[in-house]
Amino acid sequence: MNIFDKMVALDRRWVFLFLFVVVALAYFLRNHFTVDIVTTREVRSIYNFVENLEPGDKLLISFDYDPSSLAELHPMSRAIITQCYKRKVKVIGVTLSQYGAGMVEEIFREIGDVAEQEYGREIVYGEDYCFIGYRPYPAFVILGMGENFRVFFPRDYYDTPLDDLPIMKGVKNYDDVKAVLAITSGTTADFWVIYGNARYNMPLALGVTGVMATDYYPYLGNALFGLIGGWKGAAEYEKLVGRPDKATAGMPAQVAAHLTIVLFIVIGNIGYLLSRKTKKKLG
Amino acid sequence: MIVFLVSLFMVVQYYVPLDSWAWMYQYLIDWTIIIGVFALLLGIWSLWRVNFNKIKQRAENWEYAVITLAGLLIMMIVGFVPGWGNLNNYVYEHFFYYILVPIQATMFSLLAFFISSAAFRAFRARSLLATLLLFAGLVIMIRFVPMGQVSSYISDLSGWILRVPNLAAKRAIIIGIGLGAIATAFKIMFGIERAYLGRD
Repeated sequence: MNIFDKMVALDRRWVFLFLFVVVALAYFLRNHFTVDIVTTREVRSIYNFVENLEPGDKLLISFDYDPSSLAELHPMSRAIITQCYKRKVKVIGVTLSQYGAGMVEEIFREIGDVAEQEYGREIVYGEDYCFIGYRPYPAFVILGMGENFRVFFPRDYYDTPLDDLPIMKGVKNYDDVKAVLAITSGTTADFWVIYGNARYNMPLALGVTGVMATDYYPYLGNALFGLIGGWKGAAEYEKLVGRPDKATAGMPAQVAAHLTIVLFIVIGNIGYLLSRKTKKKLG
Repeated sequence: MIVFLVSLFMVVQYYVPLDSWAWMYQYLIDWTIIIGVFALLLGIWSLWRVNFNKIKQRAENWEYAVITLAGLLIMMIVGFVPGWGNLNNYVYEHFFYYILVPIQATMFSLLAFFISSAAFRAFRARSLLATLLLFAGLVIMIRFVPMGQVSSYISDLSGWILRVPNLAAKRAIIIGIGLGAIATAFKIMFGIERAYLGRD
């Protein structure tokens, strides 16, 4: 076995080890190199949409992800809610993931504290935001909310009737919110496109994991007015909001990981091509 | 007959903008919660039976079944005890944040290693089509790497790949799936496809 054959047949454990070391180094040395984040059109369109809303306008944000994708999707949720609070846009929160409720509670609490510290404005539950909770079977819940939020959510997560919440006064269905932002890590994104946008025609934008992002580009400009893809998308949003947070901090590790994978692909191909050439020469 | 009538109503109501039909539609959607509760009970029963039998028969890896059932029971008890079933409760909160979140995050993190290994072995320029796939894969991958101004050129190229060839292929797949779904729906409606009743 020559060197080229060895390059092709490199044991995967070396790949794992190398990737681990590179990511760990990049994370620990993150303060020593900066990453220039260029914002993309699909992320800017969501940011601009929220920027152009009037104070008091309402957005429905659906947090449809599990703890498995928390690292990727939580930063974009944070950045969007921060922008909403800053712009005095009211947020109606919902989750279609069975593990979502805890994370939604946490994020509203956390960003509420940040808003109070940074903008000197007390964020009041029921007025500035509300959390209507979780229901199973996302496709049906999306259809139900298109008729009336109260079909599936007669009461909010804390058992208060929706009609008793000032934020929900005059809000019946998607027609009464300016847009729906679904931050999602699974097939729920398809449901939002198929059952939400196609049936009720509300403005819809998605925040999805990096591996999912390419699946939703075909919908951009038609069903979707914006798309935030993975950690990089979240970092772009943080940059636009002007509040670098965890996604921005994770960019050095992301750059290192992706470049490592590219490097291994290049090594594998050089090895493959040269090994083929050598074999041809030898007949 | 029930399936036929309900599915016929659900198809027709889409095109009938009447309040009474909308009310009926809402009413039927409401039923899904009730049906869902039964499905959930069935799921729990099934999980219990499979794992209980595994423990009883001392089947291979039966120890994991004990952990599964213990997890199910503990979370159910914690969830049902008055005042415990929300995240303001110490026990529930700690189970959620210190067991569930790290477990799921770990599982998802492992994906990066498998993707890197799979990309290393699969992305080889073996033929023209494989080379095109390799090129497209690399461009899309680099798109997620923020590298200043270089990123905007890559972004334009990857945007074209996503909006033109990817869109064409995706649309073809989506239309194919849509037609297949309509055909399956008709088969269920007319009783040709009865697998959901446990028949072939």
